[in-house]
Amino acid sequence: MLKKTAFYNDHLKHGAKIVDFAGYEMPIQYSQGIVAETKTVRSAAGLFDVSHMGEIEITGPQALSFTNYLVTNDIESLQEDQVLYTVMCLEQGGIIDDLLVYRRPRGYLLVVNGANQDKDWQWVEEQSKKWDVQVTNLSDQTAQIAIQGPISEKILNKLVDQPLPNLNYYFSKDATINNQPALISRTGYTGEDGFEIYLDNRHASGLWDQVLTSGEEFGITPAGLGARDILRLEMGYCLYGNDITEQTTPLEAGLKWVVKMKKNDFIGKESLQQQIDEGVQKKLVPLAVSGKQIPRKGFPIMSNRQKVGEVTSGGWSPSLAKCIALGYVKKGHHKSGTEVEIEVRNRTIPAQIIKGPFYKQGSHL
Amino acid sequence: MAEVNIPEDLKYTKSHEWIKIEGNIITIGITDFAQQELSDIVYVEFQLDTDDEISQGDPFCTIEAVKTAEDINSPADGKIISVNSDLPDDPSVINKDPYGQGWLAKIEVADQSFQDNLISAQEYLKITEQSSH
Repeated sequence: MLKKTAFYNDHLKHGAKIVDFAGYEMPIQYSQGIVAETKTVRSAAGLFDVSHMGEIEITGPQALSFTNYLVTNDIESLQEDQVLYTVMCLEQGGIIDDLLVYRRPRGYLLVVNGANQDKDWQWVEEQSKKWDVQVTNLSDQTAQIAIQGPISEKILNKLVDQPLPNLNYYFSKDATINNQPALISRTGYTGEDGFEIYLDNRHASGLWDQVLTSGEEFGITPAGLGARDILRLEMGYCLYGNDITEQTTPLEAGLKWVVKMKKNDFIGKESLQQQIDEGVQKKLVPLAVSGKQIPRKGFPIMSNRQKVGEVTSGGWSPSLAKCIALGYVKKGHHKSGTEVEIEVRNRTIPAQIIKGPFYKQGSHL
Repeated sequence: MAEVNIPEDLKYTKSHEWIKIEGNIITIGITDFAQQELSDIVYVEFQLDTDDEISQGDPFCTIEAVKTAEDINSPADGKIISVNSDLPDDPSVINKDPYGQGWLAKIEVADQSFQDNLISAQEYLKITEQSSH
């Protein structure tokens, strides 16, 4: 039985095409289409329903040390209300999920991928048994929207009861909307300035239209998972299930910056240290692709007629008007500037490994 | 999903192509339903060109949309007499005008037996109703 988010009827009203994603009936696009939605997020703003994401709260005396043991990044230096991007790994170093960690007054909030929320919850709950912590799964009661785009702040200010001055990138604040509590962070998955808003499902009714009405004068559009996928790909951000999985480590995925080997023990540390010592055998790279044939997940990456890797995400970028992809290539073929070919339906098209991101004009940079 | 336009005077395939029959010349395109399903078409490539022979079921063109790529197969044996050469420059006309400027190819058919596999507008409407949810 597929779950519906608090905004399901709003999606239907706005002409959404609904797909099964992460166990939810989610909008992949609205009547305008993926390309138009993507462009509007880059030039103005888009409103996304991301209620499929999972939320896990960790509280108790050992909340800090337990959370730091779960994830690879170091949360010890987090300031109050600060947010951190990280991954959590298996003992063998494979990525269980990528997530955000919010430092909250009472502990930590993990925001995990919708498709992984059951797996993650089981993992966190199991690990927590050896620690003096309480873990709570808030996923089913929590609604989440994202407002993304250069004019997001203007829309947010019309929405909240009290203005949120000085909310910095990757910080959060408790606020009220219509006198109801909401957690707001300046975060996102698009490369644009923007906000993610968490609130209880019971308070979500009417919010969708309220945001669209507030943003109408600035040209906001509802935007679906299709636009979200293209926007993140243009930034070279990893998508779990495509670019990162339990079979890939953060070192291979170019996420070494979220692995802090100097902190205390954490799950996967030993395996990752070993991989640092031995060197990785494959690397995730951004590929600029010639022509208009779209490289897609699973297409082989070739060099001198030998397979050297595989595309993990690919698409047509409306912002750059060209095809782009992410994929793993064997060590030795990973340096930027390297020319490779991608096999697309019985023919090969030239591609070049570049330095990301593909899109460099994002408003948060 | 927006309203689906299914002109009465055309024939259809179960794989969402429309066929206009004028004697032994047929024009092929994809239906309004198909372009809505594909959405944002960004690339059209013809594998075959004018004067090429083609057999029923063979692909002659690939339509690449943001979400997926679809091969378009010939509904009949025959010879291609024309392909819509405007499409590679502006494939979005398939989204805007699937039954008009978005036509794909014209084929001179060998005989009329291909018509046995085609369905009427009414039958096609039923297929679209089963496909959408």
